[in-house]
Amino acid sequence: MDAASALADLTEISSQVEAAVVLDDAGAVVASTIDDAERSARLARAALDLLDAAGKRLEQGGRSLTQLEAALREGSVFVAREEGRSIVATTSAEPTSGLVFYDLKTCLRSLAQPEQSEPARPKRRTAKTKVSEIGDVDA
Amino acid sequence: MSMRKLLVLLLFVGGPVLYLSRRRDERRERVHLYYDDGSMVTLEDGAPEAERLLAVARSAL
Repeated sequence: MDAASALADLTEISSQVEAAVVLDDAGAVVASTIDDAERSARLARAALDLLDAAGKRLEQGGRSLTQLEAALREGSVFVAREEGRSIVATTSAEPTSGLVFYDLKTCLRSLAQPEQSEPARPKRRTAKTKVSEIGDVDA
Repeated sequence: MSMRKLLVLLLFVGGPVLYLSRRRDERRERVHLYYDDGSMVTLEDGAPEAERLLAVARSAL
């Protein structure tokens, strides 16, 4: 599934998510629910800063940070990362954290799945058979 | 004052106080960090690490 569709599904499923941005492994914005590119970039920057600041100080003993929630009075910021991709989302105050994390992880996993929109291609053996049949006709 | 009246008084005064106290705790600013080994760390508002992370998060909202 492409990132824009995954984000559209996310905002449809989760009423608590106000805005979300998907980042690639280099930290570039892949897709966003925010129309304003500058605001998307700011949210992405904040996500990277949060992961960096939390990781530098608090990743110890070989364990690595997979997700975080910063809960503020005016709302919360969630960041989750998986297989190189990251997603950051903002919510209103006092969200149901477990549900938001579940929805974010589902969104990331849907990105990892291969596209299923294209019809299955015929096997190579079938094509070879056709070619030989045509050859027989010509001969 | 009988024991029964004392218990009723405690219920009427202590209940709301406990509820409001819990609500206040829920509304406190904090950061939850989750690790790949399943562990979780909570940084409460006031902790040095939390201050930085909360400031970054505030800029995102």
